[in-house]
Amino acid sequence: MVAVKETVEQVKELDVDQYKYGFSTDLEVDKAPKGLSEDIVRFISAKKGEPEWMLEWRLDAYRRWLTMTEPNWARVHYPKIDFNDSYYYAAPKKNAAPKTLDEVDPAILDAYKKLGIPLREQEILAGVQTSKVAVDAVFDSVSVVTTFKEELKKAGVIFCSISEAIKEHPELVRKYLGSVVPVTDNYYATLNCAVFTDGSFVYIPEGVRCPMELSTYFRINEKNTGQFERTLIIAEKGSYVSYLEGCTAPQRDENQLHAAVVELVTMDDAEIKYSTVQNWYPGDADGKGGIYNFVTKRGDCRGANSKISWTQVETGSAITWKYPSCILRGDNSRGEFYSIAVSNGMQQVDSGTKMIHLGKNTTSRIISKGISAGRSQNTYRGQVSAHRKATNARNFTNCDSLLIGEQCGAHTVPYLESKNASAVFEHEATTSKISEEQMFYCRQRGLSAEEATALIVNGFVKDVLQQLPMEFAVEAQKLISISLEGSVG
Amino acid sequence: MASVTPLKTSAELALMAQGAGLPIARQSAFGRFTEAGLPHRRIEAYHYSDLRSLMKDAPQLAQASGSAPSDTVFGDLDAMVVTIVDGHLVGEVNASLAGVTIATQGDAPDDGLAKDSVFPESGDPVIALNAAFVDQTLKIGITKGAALEKPIHLRFVTTAAVSAYTRAIVNVADGAKVTLIETHEGIAGALSNSVVEFSVGDDVQLDHVRINLVDKAATLLTTLGGRMGARSTVTSGNFVTGSALSRHQVFLRFEGEGSTATISGASLLNGRQHVDTTLVVDHAVPECVSREHFAHVLDGEATGVFQGKIIVRPHAQKTDGKMMSRAVLLMDGATMNNKPELEIFADDVQCGHGATVGALDDDLLFYLRARGLPKPEAEALMLQAFVGEALEMIPHEGVRETLEGLTESWLKARG
Repeated sequence: MVAVKETVEQVKELDVDQYKYGFSTDLEVDKAPKGLSEDIVRFISAKKGEPEWMLEWRLDAYRRWLTMTEPNWARVHYPKIDFNDSYYYAAPKKNAAPKTLDEVDPAILDAYKKLGIPLREQEILAGVQTSKVAVDAVFDSVSVVTTFKEELKKAGVIFCSISEAIKEHPELVRKYLGSVVPVTDNYYATLNCAVFTDGSFVYIPEGVRCPMELSTYFRINEKNTGQFERTLIIAEKGSYVSYLEGCTAPQRDENQLHAAVVELVTMDDAEIKYSTVQNWYPGDADGKGGIYNFVTKRGDCRGANSKISWTQVETGSAITWKYPSCILRGDNSRGEFYSIAVSNGMQQVDSGTKMIHLGKNTTSRIISKGISAGRSQNTYRGQVSAHRKATNARNFTNCDSLLIGEQCGAHTVPYLESKNASAVFEHEATTSKISEEQMFYCRQRGLSAEEATALIVNGFVKDVLQQLPMEFAVEAQKLISISLEGSVG
Repeated sequence: MASVTPLKTSAELALMAQGAGLPIARQSAFGRFTEAGLPHRRIEAYHYSDLRSLMKDAPQLAQASGSAPSDTVFGDLDAMVVTIVDGHLVGEVNASLAGVTIATQGDAPDDGLAKDSVFPESGDPVIALNAAFVDQTLKIGITKGAALEKPIHLRFVTTAAVSAYTRAIVNVADGAKVTLIETHEGIAGALSNSVVEFSVGDDVQLDHVRINLVDKAATLLTTLGGRMGARSTVTSGNFVTGSALSRHQVFLRFEGEGSTATISGASLLNGRQHVDTTLVVDHAVPECVSREHFAHVLDGEATGVFQGKIIVRPHAQKTDGKMMSRAVLLMDGATMNNKPELEIFADDVQCGHGATVGALDDDLLFYLRARGLPKPEAEALMLQAFVGEALEMIPHEGVRETLEGLTESWLKARG
C-alpha cells in the first residue's frame, strides 16, 4: 500500500496554498528604463559587457523583429501585449559579479533556500541531496551563481551562464548561437535574440560523460519585468549530458512575459537529455495574473547516431506556447518527447513537439499526456514530417488527454507529413475522463474522491514520469497533485 | 513575416472578371471571396492545399449545356437519375419515384451566413464562390416515412472546359430511408464546384455516396453540408480516382440525440494528382456516435491530404467519436499530409483518432510472394484489402461492388 500512502500524503499537502512559490523577495534592483527600443538593446548589451559582434547580432534581431507580426495560430487567447509596458532588464544591485557564494546577497540565497534549490556545495556534499546536481541560478535578468564549476572543469565540461560564455568562449558561442533556432525563426524567438539577458551555456567535450546532472533554476522576482532566457547546450562526439530546468515566479496580478530560446546540438553518438519542470505562476482561479510562457526549444541531432530527449512537466503559466522539437539530421539519430501538461483554473496550454526527419533511419517517439481541469484549455499540437530522403524514418506518437470536470477543453492537433515511401508514422490519440469503474474501485477501497483522482492521474502520467531523473520525478508527482487541487467534486 | 499584399493570380483575376456583373443578392458571397482571394498555405484550413498555387486558371462560366454520355458508371443499377450537365439540370423537373419531390430555384444559396448554417461562419472561399455563381439550386424532398425503393442518383457532368457551379439541397423528413449517390464526371480543363446540403429529420436512414471520376486534368471542388436530427443514421462514402486537383469538404452537425454518422473514403491516386479531404464533425448534442475511416493509396508523385476534425461541444456528453486515416505510399515522392484533430469541450466522452503512413508491409508481401504470387499481383491484393476496409462501410451492395470493380481496374492499370 505504499502507493496509497504516498498519495494520501500528497493530498494532505494540498491543504497548503496551491501555489507555494508565490512569495517575492525585496531587493534593490538595477533596472533598464521601461520599454523596448534600440537603446534598451544597447543598454542590455553594455550591462553584460558584451563584445561588438554580440551587440550587432542583437540589433539586427531587433530590427527584424520590428517587421514581424505576432503569431495567432495557437489556441490561446490573451489581450494584446504592450511590449513597451515592461522592463527588459532587472538585476539585484548587490549582486554585481560575485566571486563566491558568500558575496551573493543573502536575500537571494534565502529565496533559493525557500524554493528548495541547494546552492551551497557543502550542503549538497553533506548529503542533503541524494545525488550531486550542479546548479546555475538565474534571478530575473542575471545568473547569480553557478555551482560545481571547478569540479566540472576537471572533466572538461564548461557550465556557466551564457553572459559569461560570450566573454570567455566567444568562438563557441559565435559558432552555435542561432544555428538551431535562426534569428528570424518566430516572433518571440527574434525578440529573445534582441533582448535575452541570461541563461546557461553547456559544452561537453568529445567522449565525456558529464559527471553530474546539470540544472538551471529560473526565478522571476521583479514586478513588471520580462524574462528572456537563452540556453545553449553542445554535446560533442560521443558525449552525454542530462540537464534539468526549473522555474517559478511570485504571485502577482499582472501578466509577465517569459520568452525563452533553448538550443541543443548533438554531434555523432552524443546524447542530451533535457528535462523541464515548469511551474511559473499560473494566475488565480479567475485567470488574473500569471506568466505568459512563449518558448522556442529546439534540438539539432547533427551527428550520426545522436539522440535528444525532451521531457517536460508543465503545470504552471497562465499561457504556455511551447514546442520542444528535434531536427533529426544525422543518420540513425533519435528524438524523444515525453510530456505531461496539466492545466487548471483558467490556464491555457498549447504545447507539443516537432520531429523533423531528414536523415536515414531516424526514429522518434512522442508520448504526450494532457490533463485539463477547471476551466482550462489544453491543446497538443505536434508535427512529424519525413523529408523525401528520410529513408526508413519511424515515428510513434501517442497523445492521451484526460478531462476532469465539464468546463474544460482538451484538443489534439497533430500534423503528419510524409514524402518518403519507406517512412512509417503511427499516431494515436484518445480523450476520455476518469472512468466511473476506476473511481468506484478506488472509492470502495476507502479513498476519497480527491485521493482516488490523484492516484488515477499518477497512473495516467506514469509513462512520462519514468523518464524524469529521480529527484525530479518525485517533485513532479507532487506538483501534479497540487495543480489539480480543487478540480474534483 | 512582414505582411504583404500578394499580387492576384491569373485564376483570381479570371474569377474577379466573372463576378463583375453579379446581381446584388450574390454580392455578399462574392465580396467574401474578393476580400481574401483564393486560400493559400497560411490559411490554416488550406495549409496543405494551397489553391493560390494549385489552381492555375478559372475557365469561363458554363453557358449552354451539352449532353451527358448515356452510360453511367453503374451499368444497370436501377436508380432515379437526375442529370446536371455543365451546372444545369437536363430535361423536365419531375420525380419519377414515390416519396420524392424535386424543384429548382434561383435564390442565392447559403455561404455560411445563413442562420444556423453548417458551413464555417468565417467564410470558406470554395463555398463563397459556389454561393456567388450558382444560378440553379436543385431542391429534393423526401416525404415523411418514405422508404425509397431505388437510390437517387445525382449525376454531375461537365462536357466542356468550363466552370460549372451546382447546388443541391436535400430535405429528408422524419422516418424516411434513402440512398443518395453523387457521381462527378468531367472532361479535361473543367472546373466543377458542387455543394450538396442535406437536412435530416429524426429516425432517418440516409446513405450517401460521392464518386469522383472526372478527368485527371480537371478540377473538382465539392462540399457536403449536413445536419442530423435525433436517432438518425447517416453514412457517407467517398471514392476518388479522378481530377488533377480535388478538395472534398464535409461539414456535419449532430442536432438531435442518439444519432450515428459513418464517413468513409478511399482515394487511389497517381501522377501528380492532389486530392484533399477535409471534414468537420460537430457533436453539438449528447449521445451521438461518429466513425470516420479514410484510406489513401498514393503512387507516382501524388499528394493526399486528410484533415479531419471532431468537435465535441460543451454538454455533448457521452459522445463517442473515432477517426482513422491510413495511407500507403508506393513511391518516394508521393506525399501524404494527415491532420486528424480533436476539439473537446465535454468531459464524459470517448474520442480517439489514429493516423498511419507507410509502405506496404514487407512481411506480408513476402508471405504472398512465397506462395507464388508475382509482385504486382501480391501488391494489388494487399491494396485491395487496404481499400476494402473503407469501402466496406458503404451499405449499398450494388454501389460497393461497382467501387470494388473500379479499384480492381485501377490496380490493373498500375501493372
